[in-house]
Amino acid sequence: MMKTLLKVDEINTYIDQFHILQNVSFEVKTGEVTVLLGRNGAGKTTTLRTIMGLNSASSGSVVYKDEDITKQNTHHIARKGIGYVPEDQGIFADLTVGENMRVAMQKEDDATKERMDWVLNMFPDLKKFWNKAGGQLSGGQKQMLSIARAYINENDLLLIDEPSKGLAPIIVEKVMESIQEMKEKTTIVLVEQNFYMASSIGDSFYILDDGMTVHSGKMNELKDDEVLKKKYLGIA
Amino acid sequence: MDLIFSLTLNGLATGMLFFLLAAGLTLIFGLMDVLNFAHGGLFAWGAFTGVWIYGLSGNFFVGILGAIVAGLVLGAITEYLIIKPVYGNHIQQILITLGFMLVLTEMLKVVYGPNQRAAQPPEYLDGSFTIGDVTIIKYRLFIILMGIIIFALTSYVLKKTKIGLIVRAGVMNKEMVQALGINIRLIFLAVFMVGSAMAALGGFLFAPYSGVIYAEIGLDYGIFAFIVVVIGGMGSLSGSLMAALLVGLAQAYMQYYVPSLALAVNMLLMAAVLLFRPQGLFSVKGVSTK
Ligand SMILES: Nc1ncnc2c1ncn2[C@@H]1O[C@H](COP(=O)(O)OP(=O)(O)OP(=O)(O)O)[C@@H](O)[C@H]1O
Ligand SMILES: [Mg+2]
Repeated sequence: MMKTLLKVDEINTYIDQFHILQNVSFEVKTGEVTVLLGRNGAGKTTTLRTIMGLNSASSGSVVYKDEDITKQNTHHIARKGIGYVPEDQGIFADLTVGENMRVAMQKEDDATKERMDWVLNMFPDLKKFWNKAGGQLSGGQKQMLSIARAYINENDLLLIDEPSKGLAPIIVEKVMESIQEMKEKTTIVLVEQNFYMASSIGDSFYILDDGMTVHSGKMNELKDDEVLKKKYLGIA
Repeated sequence: MDLIFSLTLNGLATGMLFFLLAAGLTLIFGLMDVLNFAHGGLFAWGAFTGVWIYGLSGNFFVGILGAIVAGLVLGAITEYLIIKPVYGNHIQQILITLGFMLVLTEMLKVVYGPNQRAAQPPEYLDGSFTIGDVTIIKYRLFIILMGIIIFALTSYVLKKTKIGLIVRAGVMNKEMVQALGINIRLIFLAVFMVGSAMAALGGFLFAPYSGVIYAEIGLDYGIFAFIVVVIGGMGSLSGSLMAALLVGLAQAYMQYYVPSLALAVNMLLMAAVLLFRPQGLFSVKGVSTK
């Protein structure tokens, strides 16, 4: 039995007066890639934001490593070892690639250097464009930079929001490959609409619909469940 | 020739004082999205505290230090008591900081007395020298040099140090900075304190320049800081420098040739910028510290 690293329990999140998340619950096992699926507007991004404390849950709890982090500040949550790759990548446009990495680095020890080597090896473009402004990178390069920034710290959990969004298929392959490799070292929550990517990397899945968790299971079961895929994901 | 040179030097010196006053304001707005109408109060407090400490110690540079410390302390208090409760609400910020500006001005009279005070540069910065047929007033040159030093220092910190990079990153995307594990509240506080210290330093440097200070200088000069920030672009440090020099020069020339229009011209300049280039003359795109 694998340990639970993150447990989201019946969270409700409002944005202004809108009740966006309604009793969303899911569990993330250590070492796994848990995929959040669901159509546009289902609440996937809001779920990740609520875990990070960027939106606040009005009820329910987020428990990470047996500690309730629901009401903590975002920077505290991040320091507990959760890395976040937002949907819009959150690149600091006027800072160079190198400066983006520097802002992200919480330590400058050997372990960080090792991860930096890994990252630059995985994404040689980052090394190539080290002194280029983040805002001038291509969509794919921005995605790589955002992933690299989240990976550079000693994080045990990465929250990655739609890394394939707007990328050419060949770049999607590259990003997938990197997540496959990171999977060896950290636990990942992946929001992904690209079912091919989701199903090749994911271990288990949760489907969100209209702000509610409506289904969950093992990824390989979902692959063959045409009815479920059609109903919630619009995949024929 | 001598007149043009003298007016220009005067304008640049005035501009540098405006820059010191506006630099904090623009950073505070750019990073924290806070409209701080009490900023001029720090200018006045820096002036009175610096002059007082200069008088006690007899050392002008100790006076500078005193003004800076006063700025840091008052800045911290202002952020904690006044600004913190109204983050994210511009209307409340305007009301509470305008009110606090009056409080700062009145408190100044309580602490240092209601009278105006005379101030003089130290002997080695007093008087003038001539090169060819132009006369250079030493203290004006000194202010310009101080302005350049402060600008260079601030630019260096913003461009090269980690804390500077974090501040700039915060201007661009506050949420992401926090999601990377950085306590943006502490960064806000630090920026607020430094910005306040720059205003206080500006106030103290202003004292011997004008020769006399009074409690309302904060109100009188705070308006220029806003003009400068609007013209230079909110959040842009070099934009503020350019705009401050522009406003300072316009001020100096107008005051000599058409004194009654001096303030009006700068107001018109600001109105024109707001109409035709609301992001500011020198900012590249909206908010930038380039
Ligand atoms: N700032 C906001 N103000 C109002 N409503 C919002 C806001 N942000 C999100 N919502 C709403 O919350 C719901 C969930 O949005 P969310 O971004 O979490 O969906 P998502 O599953 O990530 O969608 P997508 O696949 O398009 O990224 C949507 O109906 C959206 O319109
Ligand atoms: Mg989303």
